[in-house]
Amino acid sequence: MSFVAEPIARLVREFSRLPGIGPKSAQRLTYHLLSNPDEEAKALAEAILALKENLNLCSVCFNITDCDPCPICRNEERDHSVICIVERPSDIIPLERTGKYTGIYHVLHGAINPAQGIGHAELKIKELLYRLQDGAVSEVILATNPNIEGETTAIYLQRLIAPLGIRVSRLARGLPFGAELEYTDDMTLSQALEGRQLFH
Amino acid sequence: MSNPRNYQTQAIIVKQTKLGEFDKLLTIYTPEFGKLKAVAKGACRPSSKLGGNVSPLTHSLLFLAKGRKLDVITQSQTIDGFLELKNDLWCISYGFYILELVDLFTMENDANRSLFDLVLNTLHKLDKADNDEIVLRYFELHLLHYLGYIPELHQCVNCNSSLRPLANFFSSAQGGILCPLCGQKEPTARPLSVDALKVLRLWENCDYATARRVKLKPGLSSELQQVLQHYAKYHLQKEVKSMLWLEELKSLSLIDNNCSEN
Repeated sequence: MSFVAEPIARLVREFSRLPGIGPKSAQRLTYHLLSNPDEEAKALAEAILALKENLNLCSVCFNITDCDPCPICRNEERDHSVICIVERPSDIIPLERTGKYTGIYHVLHGAINPAQGIGHAELKIKELLYRLQDGAVSEVILATNPNIEGETTAIYLQRLIAPLGIRVSRLARGLPFGAELEYTDDMTLSQALEGRQLFH
Repeated sequence: MSNPRNYQTQAIIVKQTKLGEFDKLLTIYTPEFGKLKAVAKGACRPSSKLGGNVSPLTHSLLFLAKGRKLDVITQSQTIDGFLELKNDLWCISYGFYILELVDLFTMENDANRSLFDLVLNTLHKLDKADNDEIVLRYFELHLLHYLGYIPELHQCVNCNSSLRPLANFFSSAQGGILCPLCGQKEPTARPLSVDALKVLRLWENCDYATARRVKLKPGLSSELQQVLQHYAKYHLQKEVKSMLWLEELKSLSLIDNNCSEN
């Protein structure tokens, strides 16, 4: 790209490294920033810097936070006897959006994937077991993704936690809103049948 | 008249990686085409019609359209979801191990019907909660056989002499058994007991029902595991990561080793 000014080429290269951004999109974003006011570019640059400088993991739940412990763990009004286990920090957002959950969280930062070498040590499982030691937790909700890695993680955690005498529950699994029975796979349908409820 | 741009095949879903926001890049193993990579568009959406039909450890009927780089899965139907297997930590972990071996050992577009049948039969055994390690050892030995790596078990690979019922040696580098004399000169060879050699020779030519009847002492089971896994790793020249996960589970005593102790 010798025919393009180096700062442009550099930003295009950097944007291209982001997921889902190809060279054409990177070029479009770069020229968009170039044509917009300086303040907009500065605001974006500052936001990116602040993202890496001011954020850490919560020492209790391992969610990403700008204060430690995170606002959810510090909130006295939440039920600290119930812990919901999620794979990623971004999984907390949809659960909070439901407004139905008042407990606290634990972020594993991944799911067990033996073929990729992700096991017990690569996830925040040791930290979870440490949290469960004091006897203050009465229920753990396994909210790992309903895919093969999430299921393996859930089964594994159930085997670890159940002997501690803590109630272990799993998010209900079955048909999503908008799905069609005709196209539903066997696993989902059998779980939907097993988890059926009385219809009032 | 069939459209050559579209085709259908049975497939075992081996691996999935996320592609973009909602798509999945799948590695599948098929009887007609061997290992393939294909895209399942929108498979990550909750209302996807592909969804669970294209998740790993599933035997599905897939309809694909040829693409410029990658083929695209247009329709899918589950033949067997191995539901029991997926509810058992032991079986699911063994399933991961089997799929990783298939992925590592096979090349794309290299059909091997016998290997497809072996993988499918092994998954069916795990689905029936047949959780003896013999399932894995039998799979490893026959995987090596169907890929052309079966070790020589009947004569010394160095001097061609017939093997006597003594403690011999196994050499991954030389691809089979070494007699005691040749084995001592080969630094990478490991000792192999008479019982281990007998079991390997039996399993090489028998069906699974016969293989399953063998009662293994823990020491013999461990010896067979080490020999076969070392031999597989030698040919792969890399670590099988699921093997480490199985070891981790065993060390945490979350998986019962069902091998008989008689």
